[in-house]
This record gives sequence, C-alpha cells and structure tokens, in this order.
Amino acid sequence: MPLQGKAFKYGANVDTDAIIPARYLNLHLPEDLAKHCMEDLDAGFINQVKPGDIIVADTNFGCGSSREHAPVAIQASGISCVIAKSFARIFFRNAINIGLPLLECEDAVDNINPGDMVEVDLAAGRVTNLSGPKTFTSKPYPDFMLQIVKAGGLVEHTKKKLSGAK
Amino acid sequence: MTLAEKILATHSGKASVSPGDFLSVKTDLVLSNDITAPMAIKEFDRLGVPGVFDPKKIVMVPDHFCPNKDIQSAEQAKMMREFARKHGLVYFEVGEMGIEHVILPEKGLVLPGEVVVGADSHTCTYGALGAFATGMGSTDIAIAMATGEIWMKVPSTIKFIFHGKPGQWVGGKDLILYLIGDIGVDGALYSAMEFHGEAISALGMDGRFTMSNMAIEAGGKAGLFHVDAKTRSYLKGRTTRKYTEYRSDPDAAYARVIEYDASKIEPQVAFPHLPSNTRPLSQVGDIAIDQVVIGSCTNGRIDDLRLAAGILKGRKVDRHLRCIILPGSQQVYLDALKEGLIEIFIRAGAAVSTPTCGPCLGGHMGILAAGEKCVSTTNRNFVGRMGHIKSEIYLANPAVAATSAVLGRIANPQEVV
Ligand code: SF4
Repeated sequence: MPLQGKAFKYGANVDTDAIIPARYLNLHLPEDLAKHCMEDLDAGFINQVKPGDIIVADTNFGCGSSREHAPVAIQASGISCVIAKSFARIFFRNAINIGLPLLECEDAVDNINPGDMVEVDLAAGRVTNLSGPKTFTSKPYPDFMLQIVKAGGLVEHTKKKLSGAK
Repeated sequence: MTLAEKILATHSGKASVSPGDFLSVKTDLVLSNDITAPMAIKEFDRLGVPGVFDPKKIVMVPDHFCPNKDIQSAEQAKMMREFARKHGLVYFEVGEMGIEHVILPEKGLVLPGEVVVGADSHTCTYGALGAFATGMGSTDIAIAMATGEIWMKVPSTIKFIFHGKPGQWVGGKDLILYLIGDIGVDGALYSAMEFHGEAISALGMDGRFTMSNMAIEAGGKAGLFHVDAKTRSYLKGRTTRKYTEYRSDPDAAYARVIEYDASKIEPQVAFPHLPSNTRPLSQVGDIAIDQVVIGSCTNGRIDDLRLAAGILKGRKVDRHLRCIILPGSQQVYLDALKEGLIEIFIRAGAAVSTPTCGPCLGGHMGILAAGEKCVSTTNRNFVGRMGHIKSEIYLANPAVAATSAVLGRIANPQEVV
C-alpha cells in the first residue's frame, strides 16, 4: 500500500540534536520521545503532524550522534517516510534497522513544497506530488536492505536467520 | 586494498573486498553507554537468544548522564548495570569510569587491526590505533551483542595528506577542524578517511585520537591512522593480546586524495552552528564569552590538560566567565593530579569535575542559558547542543580555550604566553 501524507519540509544538515535534543535522552520509550520530536527546529511540528505524513529534507539528514532515538521519535510521531537528497550514514542504518522507510530523491525534494500532499510507493521507488502533480523515481534499495525492511527490521530479520541456522 | 578494506576483508573471511560490497563482519569489541544501552537491551531481549556472543568483548560505560543527573538517568544506568552484571560484561562503575572513548584505548581494550562497533557516533576515535571502529545505533549493537557479527557496506577511502610542520599552537584539533571546514560536514559521507603526511607522523597519540574522533563530523565512517613507533609504545604495558598491523597497499584505490600544507594552518575556531563553519583564529574578531569547557572524548586527555595548564598557570580565569575542566577519565585525572595540573586549574579559578560527558551534549555540569556563548574543546556546536537553542558554541583546541578563559574573549595563546 502506498504511503500518503502532508509534507513537512526542512533544509540541509538536520542533525540528531534537532530531531531529538539530548536533554530528552534520559527517555527511551517511543511515545515519550515522539513528544519532543523536532522540538528545537520546528516547535509546531508535533502538534501538526498526522499519521502518514512525510518529512522532506535537503542533504545529510540525520547527521550527528548515533542515537537511534532520532528515527524512533520520527516513527512514533506518525511520520511514514523521510525523503531527502542524502542521509547521514548512521541515521540511515538506524532507520532501516527499525523499519522506518527512507528515500533518497533529489528531484522530489526540489519539487515538493511544504504542505503538499505526497504519495510514496516504496516497492516501485516512486514519489508522487499529488498537489503537483509530478512523479519522481528514487534510487532503489539495495537487495540486502530490502530484505531487512521486508522482514520488518533487523531484529526480525536476524531472528529468521538464527532460527534458519538451527 | 586500503587499510580499511584489509581489516574488513579479514573480518569477513574474504581474500579481498571492494567499496560497495555488503559484508557480514566479525566484531572484536561491542560498545554502548547509558543512553544507547537501554534501547539496545530492549532489542536484545526481543531477539530471544540465551546470552551474548562473548561477554569479554562487550563493554558498557556509564558516562553521558553519569554520575546520574536525575531519576530517569538513574533508571537507565540501573538497567544497563543490571544487564552488564547478569551477562558478566566489561563494565566500569562510577569511580573507575570515564568517557568511553578515552578509557577503552587507555585500558588496552582496542588494538590495531580490530573491528570495533559502538552505539555512539564517536566510536571512530579508535581509528587512531589503526583499528576499524565505527558508530552505529542501538539495534545494530543488540545484534552484535547476540551474534558477534554485523552487516556493513565497505566504504570507499579518502586519503588526506598533511605536509609540512604545523605551528606552535596548532594541534590535531586544528588539523581536523581545518579539514572539515574544507570538505564540509558531509564531505566524507559513507567514506573511510585515512590520514598521512609529515604533520600526522609528528602528532602524539592524544592528537591522533582527537582527529579520528571528529571523522564523523565530516560524515566519515572511520578515521584511520597507520601504526607506527608511537602507536606501539602507547600500547606497551596496556595489553598482552597479540595484534596485526595492516597497511594500505602502495597501489590501493582511493576515492580521492586531498593534500594540505600544515605549516600554513592557523589554530581554527568553528563558529555556531556547524563544525564546518571554521575560521582561522586571526579572523575571529572580538567575541566575548560566558563559559569555557575543556574536556570530552575529543580533548579530555592528558596532553590536552597539559596545554590548558600551560596557559592557566599563574593566571586567573576572567571574573565574568565560568571555566569548567573535565578530565576524560580517572586515569587522566590522577595523572593531572600528580603533575600538579589540578592545583593550577583550581588556583586559576576553574571548576574541575569528575569525568563525564556532561556539558558536551547538554547533559549536566555546565548547561548554557539563552544568549550565552561558550568556547568548547568538544566536537559539536549544533543548535541547542549545550543547552538553550539561543546559546552559541565555538569549537577550539585546549590552548585557545584556556586563553579565552583568561581574556574573556576568544583569543590567541600568543597574547598571554
Ligand atoms: S564526550 Fe561528548 S561527544 Fe564524546 S561521547 Fe560524550 S557526549 Fe559524545
């Protein structure tokens, strides 16, 4: 099923302190973290976000610390997918590992405005701006990562592997 | 193959690997801390495995919000402590702890040629020892704790050559800030960084740790040095384990080769709010400050404290600011005590804290109020990193930080020495 929601748009180098400030890292439950998601960058975010909504950002999204709290907070806030020109490496693997879909797509970022309705078809790697309308194709997932996302995250994927090995 | 490629190949049972290959890599050490371990433990429990792959290869360090700053951090530290005890992991209690990236090398837990993964982005610090060390998230660490293996994509390698001899007040911090200012915070995204050249050979181990530490601030996956006489003498007495020294092949393929003349590099200051926002010290202008922090996994080692003490000896911290010094570990603290540095700091009017990450991530022990400016020897100056979102962090080396504490504004050590 395609993901669909309103776009929240941000610039380059959105760091993990902006996604979830360190002062909340004494919390680890997703619902507690979600309450502070994007707080220092966009105080209105958490009151406006609806399930299914999509974050659209420029380059190097998620740079900074290794805190998995960042993709967890985004996921728990209801965001269904993040589209960016590029992602910081650790954020990228953390998101894949917990099953939060990410797409790298320069064209889509350049052609989506804040508040546009956006539809994402992960399997096809297709982004459609319903307010546009315009369709963009993203880089496909490497096979290896597709397996992890399909399994529902790295824990489930490893569980399967471990039980297969026995 | 490059150094990084060789280490990854041997740890995945392959004769050779190339950038872009996906590997299952065997890990020699798996690290987490009081803010990342709780989430890793939850994921570990979901896996339903009977135990960890090898308790001697799993380290947990309470350092971010420890000694516990509030009830919630106490609960998280407790969760980690109980897991560590139950599984017999390597664990350092408050009293023998320090910042993870300072104590792991210090205690001989990381050796050249090894693969270290840590649920902390500055795990890349151990590249200074010629290890492939990289930061990951909590789920990755849960898998590594259970299986001793982790998926990795082989990064391409960028070679950085620093020619020439750096000036008196230029250290590892300045070389790496200069580099990040040049290539940007995503200039080495998905890449391994390899450091070479005359200025690099001349750096002591503490300066090398500083450089590897900040590889992540350029987006790097690892920041690697080759083993030399300094590495070997650092390791002497810290370990009895055997290790292998790998070297990049003369014909190794690099994604890029970037060269700098270190003799032309001034001390660097990274302005708010990105580590890449650097300026040479001579072009900083007159910036009054409210706080100076000297410490962290970047610059909390003994060489750093010696530099700061060299400036603060017989001088006074400006009455209008707070200067907070955090030795990176109990060992660094003890060494500083024996050398008389702690007395110098206290007589100068600085506060000396027990080892902790503390203010580096806006945890405790020196949070900034709205509008305040801080010169810090740490590694990140993002919005809100040390406190209020309207506060500002200027990153610098320990000598510049100490001088700024004396003069009340960002200043050059030449002005006082
Ligand atoms: S000192 Fe700062 S950068 Fe280093 S591990 Fe602690 S919080 Fe992270």
